[in-house]
Amino acid sequence: MKEGVRKGMRKGVKSETVKSQVQLEKAKSGKLAGPSFQDLILELQKFWADRDCVLQQPYDVEVGAGTMHPETFLRVLGPEPYRVAYVQPSRRPADGRYGENPNRLYKHLQLQVILKPPPADIQNLYLQSIQAIGIQLSEHDIRFEEDNWESPTLGAWGIGWQVLLDGLEITQFTYFQQCGGIDLDPVSVELTYGLDRIAAYLQNVDNVFDLRWSRDRRYGEVRLAEEQQFSAYSFDYANAEITRKLFDLHEREANALLEAFGQASEEEKRRFPVLAAYDQCLKCSHLFNVLDSRGVISVTERATLIGRVRQVACRIAKAYLAQHELASAPPQEKQAEAGA
Amino acid sequence: MKSEMKPPAPAHKHDHTAAPIKAGFAELFLEVGCEEIPAGMIANAAHEFQVVLNKYLALEKLADGAEAFAFGAPRRLVAACPRVRLKQEDMRKEIVGPPKSIAFDGQNAPTPKAEGFAAKYGLSVEKLYTVSTPRGEYVAVEQFVPGRAAAERLAEIIPRAIAEIPWPKTMYWTGASGLRFIRPIRWLVALLGGRALRLEIAGVAAGASTAGHRFLGKSSITVSGYDDYLAKLAKNYVLAPPERRREKVERELSRLAAGKGLRVNADAALSDLVVYLNEYPSAILGNFDPAYLELPEEILITVMRDHQKYFAARRRDGKLAPHFLAVINLNRDAKGLVRAGHERVLRARFADAKFFWEVDQKCRLADYLPKLASVTFQAKLGSYGDKVERLRALSRWLAEQWFARGIHEARVAAADRAAELAKCDLVTDMVREFTELQGIVGGLYAKVQGEPEEVSWAVYDHYRPTGLDEPAPRNLTGATVSIADKLDTLVGCFAVGLAPTGSSDPFGLRRAGLGIVKIILERKLPVSLSESISAAARGLFGYAPKLKVIPEVEKSVFDFLIDRARYIFLEREGFAYDEINAVVAAGADDLVDARDRLAAVREIRKTRNFEPLAVSFKRVRKILEKAGSPKTWRFPAVRPELFQEEAERRLHAAAQRAAQEAEGHKKVRGYREALQGIARLRPEVDEFFDRVLVMADEEDIRRNRLTLLAELLREFSTIADFSEIVAADK
Repeated sequence: MKEGVRKGMRKGVKSETVKSQVQLEKAKSGKLAGPSFQDLILELQKFWADRDCVLQQPYDVEVGAGTMHPETFLRVLGPEPYRVAYVQPSRRPADGRYGENPNRLYKHLQLQVILKPPPADIQNLYLQSIQAIGIQLSEHDIRFEEDNWESPTLGAWGIGWQVLLDGLEITQFTYFQQCGGIDLDPVSVELTYGLDRIAAYLQNVDNVFDLRWSRDRRYGEVRLAEEQQFSAYSFDYANAEITRKLFDLHEREANALLEAFGQASEEEKRRFPVLAAYDQCLKCSHLFNVLDSRGVISVTERATLIGRVRQVACRIAKAYLAQHELASAPPQEKQAEAGA
Repeated sequence: MKSEMKPPAPAHKHDHTAAPIKAGFAELFLEVGCEEIPAGMIANAAHEFQVVLNKYLALEKLADGAEAFAFGAPRRLVAACPRVRLKQEDMRKEIVGPPKSIAFDGQNAPTPKAEGFAAKYGLSVEKLYTVSTPRGEYVAVEQFVPGRAAAERLAEIIPRAIAEIPWPKTMYWTGASGLRFIRPIRWLVALLGGRALRLEIAGVAAGASTAGHRFLGKSSITVSGYDDYLAKLAKNYVLAPPERRREKVERELSRLAAGKGLRVNADAALSDLVVYLNEYPSAILGNFDPAYLELPEEILITVMRDHQKYFAARRRDGKLAPHFLAVINLNRDAKGLVRAGHERVLRARFADAKFFWEVDQKCRLADYLPKLASVTFQAKLGSYGDKVERLRALSRWLAEQWFARGIHEARVAAADRAAELAKCDLVTDMVREFTELQGIVGGLYAKVQGEPEEVSWAVYDHYRPTGLDEPAPRNLTGATVSIADKLDTLVGCFAVGLAPTGSSDPFGLRRAGLGIVKIILERKLPVSLSESISAAARGLFGYAPKLKVIPEVEKSVFDFLIDRARYIFLEREGFAYDEINAVVAAGADDLVDARDRLAAVREIRKTRNFEPLAVSFKRVRKILEKAGSPKTWRFPAVRPELFQEEAERRLHAAAQRAAQEAEGHKKVRGYREALQGIARLRPEVDEFFDRVLVMADEEDIRRNRLTLLAELLREFSTIADFSEIVAADK
């Protein structure tokens, strides 16, 4: 019974029948509005690749946001300049709606851009990217409204805005101030484009599953099964006991690695798998989200679990920086030997 | 010797007032160009900018009667001062040297010390003079400090002034050791008399170039001063002064609404927000599907206002119209693209709200109760499930109090039911999405689900009042649950060490306290504060978290509430400080009664006899205090046979008569009449003090007189402690 209620509550409303005038006109003329979903991605990637970004690929461990990709979480640490862009499918189990809600998804796609350090004309640069995907700036109500981003599980926060396009939130724009509990110097700017929303806007559709993904495929054809099955898994099937155990195991592995890193010699540290420890941390974060969507975490436990993930994340950030300093500094012992 | 030729120090007051050598003035104009500043912070930041700039202009002797003013828009803080000195005033500075006794010998001739001191300032010893200081006589010289060029000083103080603007939360962007500001500074205009000042802040050099509207204006515009700036920016679609933006917003909103025969749903906070969210605000009117009007208007308005910053529109009959008014940062929406976009976003929002409205009601409100057990109220105070148990008990107790004290419409069962349902909406999807609708959603669901109005409004209103100027719950049951909820939070938080300190009050306890007092006073609820606090404490012990609340905590909650009451009496009801002190000293456990007494005191203090009588009471109090512990002198009762003087007898008789009268008046809360009766004692009291020496030599007589005064004081301090009244003359 309880499950039934839960499931019922998660189900979405059917897509709206009332179409705006613009949409009706477009429908009449038979002209398709906006770029396809994949063309949108290609445009944005091209734009940022042309501005010296490394074009990275999605990370292959489940993450809740593009920020968790090591290309953001780790690269923003330390002094080296870096520019990177990538699409990151982000899993938010609690936002899943069995593919039945026009706007809410278990997994949505973000385009993530990191500019370290940010150039002084960063806002203009961002706006040019919006122009590049076909939005005429002077014809739209585009605004930067205060929205400070924070991720308690990553010990990360920043100052910035959500960018609104005619009232629709399309991008999170953040000046990172801290990550893994470490003050950043230089700061990085993180741009997170909500690709599904932007595409829905450009194509003028109300239901994300109606988006044209490619010339002849709809978003629903590509992704619906995934939405249905992972919503069902997170809400109805995930075994809480096993999920908890997995959380504990991954946490244990991460901590064991960090312990070993602490004990390691300088030489061992240089090649130590800090990155593998980070994967374990990401696993914990995702498993926490599954437990959360399963509705088995009490409020106090919630805070405790978030604290545990954050602790691991902060230790990893420190280890990463320590390793990084070793790599950038000339090996001192050898220098000393050479000198003698 | 020469030291005697100059007058001593006090005559040297002219040191900082030397007349300027050359007069010359110019306009100072400043603009700090920023990435978008959070809308809610701009007005205050501009004000602070103005204050700090004026401070520095005065400090640097650059001000010349004209004050600097400042204002802001999303991408800029602007300040100007019509007249700033081009050069600082020259100053004469007095420098105090060694003591006179060291600088001059017995013959009054300068010693090497004096010569050294004078030489240090390039002067001869003849220029020395003496000043008297609290530590004795010292020699001093007067130095002439020529004023420096304003441009030079401004280059130093302007960056400092900008950095001093306080913000709720700052960031850095040029590196961890760089300037902290609200958002990155991207350009800087600093002109003195039209010429750019040479200064820099966070790596940005000042110049004469500003930027227009982000999309409609030029990105580089050279300006020569304030007037030029305003004119050029307006051409580039930036209305810099907020009043100009506000005027445009209001005009366009009304025009659009009127065009449809509607009126804008007034919302001052939202107006302020859109004025500071847009550099060139324009209003547009959009539509939504009238089918959504089936949803309660509270929900529609909240979605429009809090999530999309739209104004709602009402028809002539007051009902919501299927339209919204958005303020956009553009000059026009020629193709209707913006409107279509906003309409679609709102459609999705309303679809969500409608969805929540329907799913939430697949079960009844009370069915959400078990879920409250897993929502923490406060770590040490348990879950909301626990809180509801306590809330029910305390609401019932309060309702019983009302009934027992003559409020016959009090319904214990309704209070209990409203308390039971009050927190259920916290776990509904609607409130999870629109948290600002807590209480309201529960009330709406309760109503739709057939709860009696007394209950559904009580649930709806129980977070009220949200501020002193906000309305209190509309019915008695709502008032009951609201007081119970706030009192439980107060006592609980105080008990676990979360009483507010300084500016930190994370649980909003001050507001909760004010809310309790406001409701009690507005509804004239007869209740003992201390007993209510004890009842709340019993709840915390009887139910989870089974917390033992010690008497000291109850006492501090009581004092806390009395402080809130004092605030309301003073600031909102206009009672005088001493009146409040007098009444509170006589007890304020029953706030309504305390206010009745206050009103009586205020009324009666205007009468001739009152203040002199208050002076006499103060005298009585002093005499009794001097007499030492009452144990050593107090008789069980006045003994008339020990009276020696007629004045004693008369006072005693008059006091007894007045006491009897006052007792009668007090029973029906006729405090004014009671006080009038007491005030009429003045001739007897005056006569007593004229004729009678209280501290008589003979012990029994003395003790009897003291007892008479003690009884007088006690008898007449139950309404107000008159010795607290500060007489108007001295």
